[in-house]
Amino acid sequence: MNHQTQLLQLNHVKKHFPIKKGLLQRPKNYVKAVNGINLTVSEGETLGVVGESGCGKSTLGRVVIGLEKLSDGSIQFKDESIGNLSERKLKKYKKDLQMIFQDPFASLNPRQKIGNALEEIFIIHTNMSKSERKQKVLSLLKEVGLKEEHYDRYPREFSGGQRQRVGIARALALNPSLIVCDEAVSALDVSVQAQIMKLLKDVQTKYELTYLFISHDLGVVRYMSDRILVMYLGAQVELGDSEQIYKNPLHPYTKALLSAIPRPNPKHKRNRIKLQGDLPSASNYPTGCPFHTRCPIAQEHCAEIVPEWREIEENHFVACHEV
Amino acid sequence: MSAVTETEKNINTEKKTTNRFVEVAKSLMKNKLSLIGIIIITLIVLVAIFSPIITSYGPYEQNLERTKLGVGSEGHFLGTDNYGRDMWSRIAHGAIISLLVGLSSVGIGLFGGIILGLLAGYYRKLDSIIMRFVDLLFAFPGILLAMLIIAMLGTSLVNVVIAISIWSIPGCARIVRGSVLSIKNQEYIQAMKTVGASDLRILLKHVLPNCTAPLIVYGTMRMATAILSTSALSYLGLGAQPPTAEWGAMIAAGQDFMWDAPHISIIPGIAIMLTVFAFNVVGDGLRDALDPNMDVNN
Repeated sequence: MNHQTQLLQLNHVKKHFPIKKGLLQRPKNYVKAVNGINLTVSEGETLGVVGESGCGKSTLGRVVIGLEKLSDGSIQFKDESIGNLSERKLKKYKKDLQMIFQDPFASLNPRQKIGNALEEIFIIHTNMSKSERKQKVLSLLKEVGLKEEHYDRYPREFSGGQRQRVGIARALALNPSLIVCDEAVSALDVSVQAQIMKLLKDVQTKYELTYLFISHDLGVVRYMSDRILVMYLGAQVELGDSEQIYKNPLHPYTKALLSAIPRPNPKHKRNRIKLQGDLPSASNYPTGCPFHTRCPIAQEHCAEIVPEWREIEENHFVACHEV
Repeated sequence: MSAVTETEKNINTEKKTTNRFVEVAKSLMKNKLSLIGIIIITLIVLVAIFSPIITSYGPYEQNLERTKLGVGSEGHFLGTDNYGRDMWSRIAHGAIISLLVGLSSVGIGLFGGIILGLLAGYYRKLDSIIMRFVDLLFAFPGILLAMLIIAMLGTSLVNVVIAISIWSIPGCARIVRGSVLSIKNQEYIQAMKTVGASDLRILLKHVLPNCTAPLIVYGTMRMATAILSTSALSYLGLGAQPPTAEWGAMIAAGQDFMWDAPHISIIPGIAIMLTVFAFNVVGDGLRDALDPNMDVNN
């Protein structure tokens, strides 16, 4: 893998959703879904993003492809700042940034045939003739392991795995360089999951794609990712090569997260680190280190000082005072 | 490329292409009441279309020698009115008026309601403005609103259509807005945004087709209301004017002869009742047939 060229750079990216109240709909408070992410994604790599539900990993993905506007910070994509481009200027980049959605049953228009749904992408972006478009769609279907006869089918006639293949075809249609996979395999059966992950890896090598692979499934992320970013409450807590994170987790949150992976061997005794309490509300953001309310090794200063983002070993970063 | 697995193949062969229209029609036919409704509507439509062929007199053809003939008279099986006009041909002609007024007012009302509903549901900034306007329309009792509009525009059948259209807008706008609110957060709409589709394309090609089911039901029910209101307004003298063969106007014209020739009022009354009944039960049946819980998609 080529880890040299930077494709995507996030500088202090924040996404705060206002909670509007009262007659005038003035924002009274903010849900800090993504709270200051600094990140560089290199061309051709797969960056896994893990964290529990509500930690802002999906919002991060949506911000990157432009579905949500940034609240603060900037996004560099191929040497251009795309953070808050207008809709029209963004269209140029939308071809390059695509997304594979979580729920294969909700991500396809139930009233549209698969062939027409995929052709529509070419209607929007190209001036191809009808037969050219059809040829293109047929080759796309073949690419993702579907057959020509699927062209005239409605989404309801497909299984979950097949629908997700269509979702991949849609993401591939415009030859993007970055694909955000937002829980792309989470809704699928384990056996189908494996096929879809293999397909994702196959097309990645073929088209030199870069993935931002968002998932809560640690096993899946480990299989897919070159590097892994651990998020907690909208903040990044640890970043490192896949193996570093799994073999040598540094942050107490990562340790707890990894200890929750189910082991296939029932005799294997797990040293499960159980976190106390619930995830704090993102609208009532903790001071200092966001994790201090549940951290087993928290000290007094953790509640006051935001921990620095430090490189502990090569390419292995962590935000914790106690490491 | 990884091969499609056996299980996926099996699902493939089992599910044949099903036509949604056929499915809905089938489940509609199973409901006896709505089957009756469909038959009545079909008959009314046929009568309206073929009225010049199936009637032997013109609706305005007077015969002062044969006035107020009762039902079952020779040559006039529904009798004649006080000017000796054939009741059957007037009823048949009235069917054309009722259906045309119903269709056009519901059509215009749905068109306006769809536009307002789509805009209100999709753009949050327009939402409160549009919906307050809709609430304003809702605040008037329907027939009063129609009378108000006719009072401003003058009495004629065209103005009745306008009045009933405007009256149909708020209900439709609310239905569409509600559907849009739930549809616009679906992943397939997000997906269309990520591939760069314009708002217009998303609204017309992806949002609207997915909120047709409640609209079909509303439109059918609305037909009943529109036909009834047209007759009511004409009865009150605000819509079609005599001698127009409009059912409501016919009832009004016949009420002076209630004692010696009640059929002059009763027959158009039955025609109105049957039509309204038919559209209502078909609307009910459609609501059941289009129920999302019976939808094959879910």
